[in-house]
Amino acid sequence: MDYYKKRTLTFPNSYVIDGYTVAGPKENDGRYKGFFDLALEDDMFGQNTFERAERKMFEHAIDGVIGKANLTNADVDALVGGDLLNQIISMSFSARKQHAGFLGLYNACATFAESLIVGSCLLNNGLENVVCIAGSHFSTAERQYRYPLELGVLRSPVTQWTATGVGATVLSNQCETSTPKVTRATIGRVVDYGIMDANNMGAAMAPSACDTLVTFFKDTETSPDDYDAIFTGDLGKLGSDILLDLTKQEGYDISAKQHDCGASLYWDEQQTYQGGSGAACSALVFNGVLLGRLRKGEYKRILLAGTGALMSPTTSFQGDSIPAITHLVEVCF
Amino acid sequence: MEKYCEITKDNYKSYVFEKMPKSSHWKNMFWAFLIGGTICVIGQAFIELYKLWFSIEDASVLASGTMVLIAAILTGLGVYDNIGRFAGAGSTIPITGFSNAVVSPALEFRSEGYIYGVGAKMFLVAGPVIVNGVTISVIIAILTLIFGG
Repeated sequence: MDYYKKRTLTFPNSYVIDGYTVAGPKENDGRYKGFFDLALEDDMFGQNTFERAERKMFEHAIDGVIGKANLTNADVDALVGGDLLNQIISMSFSARKQHAGFLGLYNACATFAESLIVGSCLLNNGLENVVCIAGSHFSTAERQYRYPLELGVLRSPVTQWTATGVGATVLSNQCETSTPKVTRATIGRVVDYGIMDANNMGAAMAPSACDTLVTFFKDTETSPDDYDAIFTGDLGKLGSDILLDLTKQEGYDISAKQHDCGASLYWDEQQTYQGGSGAACSALVFNGVLLGRLRKGEYKRILLAGTGALMSPTTSFQGDSIPAITHLVEVCF
Repeated sequence: MEKYCEITKDNYKSYVFEKMPKSSHWKNMFWAFLIGGTICVIGQAFIELYKLWFSIEDASVLASGTMVLIAAILTGLGVYDNIGRFAGAGSTIPITGFSNAVVSPALEFRSEGYIYGVGAKMFLVAGPVIVNGVTISVIIAILTLIFGG
């Protein structure tokens, strides 16, 4: 593998064969209505617990993307991905039904971008087909990270709404037809600017997004002008505003190019305040929306910067600040 | 932001605080007053109703029980959290808020069974209120005993 300078890698043969998305009902009522392969009418998905529902969404997405890419389960060499729950149970349990090797990942909401990086690395080491996957479920995340669902509390205006959905991508080391490619990536480092408020994840993550983006531009000697769009994961509206200030300070004006998967997921009337959060945001938008736009030629080169807040309720109660990470992939067609 | 000509790790928190949207205190207070007041008026109406048959003490206890029951049912129906979303303390402070705080985790953790789920997690939210309430009552009782009353 060609090591670029510092934290940026290049991938000569990481082809994006196809993507598949399973979205919750609220997500399919949002701005990207109709973009998803499977939209649930009920977020219980016919199961008796929300955890089982999330697991079933993962199982569906894995089988769905394998079928869409005209492969069989036996063709898949490895499965890489994760979710937000403790011990990444949704991902691990859904991998039981697969033959492929499995690498469980956790980088909070940056997990999808992380899975594309790990998957691309595996392709450079002889594997042929890899499924990269990440997702989250509002009701399982809410009770793990915050309050019971039916508790009547006033939500802070800086909060975001954990998106329900799973997005999966098949990456292959060869493709006969023309298809988007993951060409470069920057591995994020953990950045902590001392934000303590677990509601304000956008502010906690923005410095890490700035760090990774600036590192990528410096390492590759590119600028925001070289890209059609820069999609951040789930900074939300406030986090995006902060990112624009921070990157401008570093000499890169990304205001014309930056979009946030989370902030754009819902309509304002859906009362999500700063927009969506969760591993599902970038996984849903990349597989449901961006791949299509790349194929149609609306975009030629894009950056996807998955952002993750790495706190847990334990660290928050113990008075620790929120560390954050951002992984970035460059996708070209 | 002209005030922050350079955002650094040191001034980041104050920069964020200035930039973030704030809760509207007047709006929150208005809704808390309106909803909280309405809940109290309903409670008072039950006391007046029960007074037709019972003593004032019994009527008060019965009215509290009725309000707890109504809030528990509204929690189960998924209504109470929607009220709380804009009423804030207006729906948290009355006894109905306590009912919501006990019933919502009980419902939520039903999936882990009656022992480790409902039994263990039921007081997840209300537990600290009970513990601190009892502790502070004991401290005040001791102070009253010492300094007379």
